[in-house]
Amino acid sequence: MKTDLHPRYQNTTLGAEAETILRSCVHCGFCNATCPTYQELSDERDGPRGRIYLIKQILETDQATARTELHLDRCLTCRACEATCPSGVEYGRLLDIGRGVIATKTKRKLRERCFRWCLKQVLPRRTLMVWLVRLARWLQPLMPAALQRKIPAGQKPGVLPVKQHSRRMLLLQGCVQAAATPNTNAAARRVLDRLGITLLEIREVGCCGAVGYHLADHGDGKYWMRRNIDAWWPLVEQGVEAIVVAASGCGAMLQDYGRIFRDDPNYAEKAAGISHLIKDLSCVIGAENLHGLALDTSKKLAVHCPCSLQHAMGEVESLEKLLKRAGFDLARVAEKHLCCGSAGTYSLLQPTMSQTLLDRKVQALTQDTPDLIVTANIGCQLHLASGTEVPVLHWIELLDQTSH
Amino acid sequence: MANLKLQLLTELLKILPEAGIIQDEETLRPYECDGLSIYTEMPLMVVLPDSVEQVQKIIRLCSRLETPIVPRGAGTGLSAGAMPHREGVVVSLAKFNRILSIDADARQARVQPGVRNLAISEAAQEYGLYYAPDPSSQIACSIGGNVAENSGGVHCLKYGLTVHNILALEVVTAEGDILRIGNQGYDSCGFDLLSLYIGSEGLLGIVTEITVKLLPVPETTKVVMATFDRVEKAGDAVKQIIAEGIIPAGLEMMDRLAINAAEDFVHAGYPRDTAAMLLCEIDGMAEEVDEHIARVSAVFNKEKAGCIRVAADENERQRLWKGRKAAFPAIGRISPDYYCMDGTIPRSQLTKVLTTIQSLSDIYQLRVANVFHAGDGNLHPLILFDANVAGELEKTEEFGGKILELCVDAGGCITGEHGVGVEKLLQMPYQFDPASLEQFQRVKLACDPQRILNPGKGIPQLKHCQEYRSLSQASVGRHADK
Repeated sequence: MKTDLHPRYQNTTLGAEAETILRSCVHCGFCNATCPTYQELSDERDGPRGRIYLIKQILETDQATARTELHLDRCLTCRACEATCPSGVEYGRLLDIGRGVIATKTKRKLRERCFRWCLKQVLPRRTLMVWLVRLARWLQPLMPAALQRKIPAGQKPGVLPVKQHSRRMLLLQGCVQAAATPNTNAAARRVLDRLGITLLEIREVGCCGAVGYHLADHGDGKYWMRRNIDAWWPLVEQGVEAIVVAASGCGAMLQDYGRIFRDDPNYAEKAAGISHLIKDLSCVIGAENLHGLALDTSKKLAVHCPCSLQHAMGEVESLEKLLKRAGFDLARVAEKHLCCGSAGTYSLLQPTMSQTLLDRKVQALTQDTPDLIVTANIGCQLHLASGTEVPVLHWIELLDQTSH
Repeated sequence: MANLKLQLLTELLKILPEAGIIQDEETLRPYECDGLSIYTEMPLMVVLPDSVEQVQKIIRLCSRLETPIVPRGAGTGLSAGAMPHREGVVVSLAKFNRILSIDADARQARVQPGVRNLAISEAAQEYGLYYAPDPSSQIACSIGGNVAENSGGVHCLKYGLTVHNILALEVVTAEGDILRIGNQGYDSCGFDLLSLYIGSEGLLGIVTEITVKLLPVPETTKVVMATFDRVEKAGDAVKQIIAEGIIPAGLEMMDRLAINAAEDFVHAGYPRDTAAMLLCEIDGMAEEVDEHIARVSAVFNKEKAGCIRVAADENERQRLWKGRKAAFPAIGRISPDYYCMDGTIPRSQLTKVLTTIQSLSDIYQLRVANVFHAGDGNLHPLILFDANVAGELEKTEEFGGKILELCVDAGGCITGEHGVGVEKLLQMPYQFDPASLEQFQRVKLACDPQRILNPGKGIPQLKHCQEYRSLSQASVGRHADK
């Protein structure tokens, strides 16, 4: 597409990057076909092509108001459009740029600003989250039913392996997942222990940075990213096989470190090195021989592959392949490419659209009456659990429970 | 204008909820063009009705205020048919996205115009049926848009264009009345209005419901891919296959540029280092398919194809087609802009026309990628250009015009399936004599006396035609001199 950037963005790194992306778009509209919000709202402004056009307008006129912001806010950043786009438009990156720029042009309502600030302060802080989740569980009986469903059920992480294997990988401890479902990482450690791999967790490593970064606060996001890079780097230098992530939402962000810091002389090399090592848990286990696990595969599973795993990390099949290979019976699932509506903080910031997509997703996942729904990201897991009676698990917990 | 807009808005608010009306300049912008983004115009407003009654009321209002209406489906059109009118309202049919019923016994489906082409086949799949016309943009384009442009697609060689696959339409006329044309059977008495309305590019009415024909999914489908070191050889192979009496389900050609761009996207295993590639699909009963595949392969052998490969399984077949179907936008990987032409020629002229296009490409110094329906002679030369370079768009348009005239000279026509829209208005007088154009105008006026439905598209004004003829005579040879 033709572009004519405003002088303010010409000859800037950000402008150049945005322009390259805009110019790769040929305006064919294929993206709208797989965009959840376009499917629901049927409005050009609520599909990727329209949003690209709106971002182009911001960068060409250096003007934008809350009217444009609304449509950028409605994007889930599920990146289904990127998987559909034949021209290879890096939409997710362009949206991050667009959101960053529009944040400097508009002023949100005080209530909204406070809420966003709270999210950025609270979610990434593990200890605080642990206490908040406990408090929420305690207050749960007093809450309205709709809210009650959103509180994760209590979980005990169980016994952790102590054996040290020669094969070592790092494990992202994370923030929300560690607080809400501490059993996920514990299960990952146990299963990999049975496969002869030790997973190391570094306490200093915290939120991957996605919370702040996707809320258009790039400074806040980068703060967490640098912290993680600094904490991991000494071990990476000593040599680890991979950095394993059990929450694909975080995995997608971590894989992007290299690009985000590519112009930062102090971090470019390290960030690229870290991104290179990032692997989703399904890929790590998928590469191992599973016979030693002796799994009980009697349950019929509906698999929800998170958008961050299939669209952002490009692992469309890793999870299903692994579960099939392990011998599980997989239920028929419709519209696999569509987002469940969780999308990080989206379910809190855009509750109406989020709920609509959740209902649609639950329908698609349960049409073949599965015993269990399994997924690979904490956000999807909690969100799906709030919308169905069918138990929802992280798939690693299932492997952990059923292996002997 | 401001007064008219205010009046329109006041009246529209009585018909539609506020969310169904877009009128602020800031967020109207994404509606300024369709899939052909080089032609843009800002409308007064965009409306998103979701019921037939609303469409009727909107048309009546616009008729009363003599305000132009531009219907829009998925906005994937490539002739600027949905480009807004400066003083008009864009009526988006995108919210009409429901499949109303599927009658598996009668093999037909009633659908709303905003339903995506592919969504019909997906829904019919559980009955073992599908909707045959499959434009390359079928993942996104709407069936209403297909009706407006009489779209074809890869499989129209065997199964026909949209016009051959529609049984009935519900249309809202320029007066806001409902017109039901066609019926459940294959023939009806009286004038064949169905054929008139299909391909009328929104100039005669707004389609609000479509009854499509569904076909049983063939028992067996196989595709064979062949590469050629010269485009001419591929062209000869196409002629030869048809001469053999075989009607493939699809017979498509891609040239080197297109192959490489598509391969970057789908990794289908297209051989990159080849001048041309043919994809030939055969469907039907297993024995028939196997026999035809063998005969097609023999033709390819005779024409000295480099590599001949039959897709081993359904997965590979899908991948081979995915690359073909994504080939236009995949060109975005090798060029910032492209301009897709849509001329159709007799198959016998394939080699000659392709060679001439290549020499024009050298004259205009613009690259051309070819991806097209070789079997039915529907060419899609994609002229690659950079809209950010001053003058390059104009040069591209002129080059495009020359290609279309070349198609007419070869005994073909200027559009196979994309429609005339705004894009090919200039070439209409090259294709048709004044008497034909006048007849088009009479039909238009009979259906839309106020000229409020998509005015300025499809049919050129006669005075413009004369101007164009004199202009184009003056410019003949301008570029040939270079």
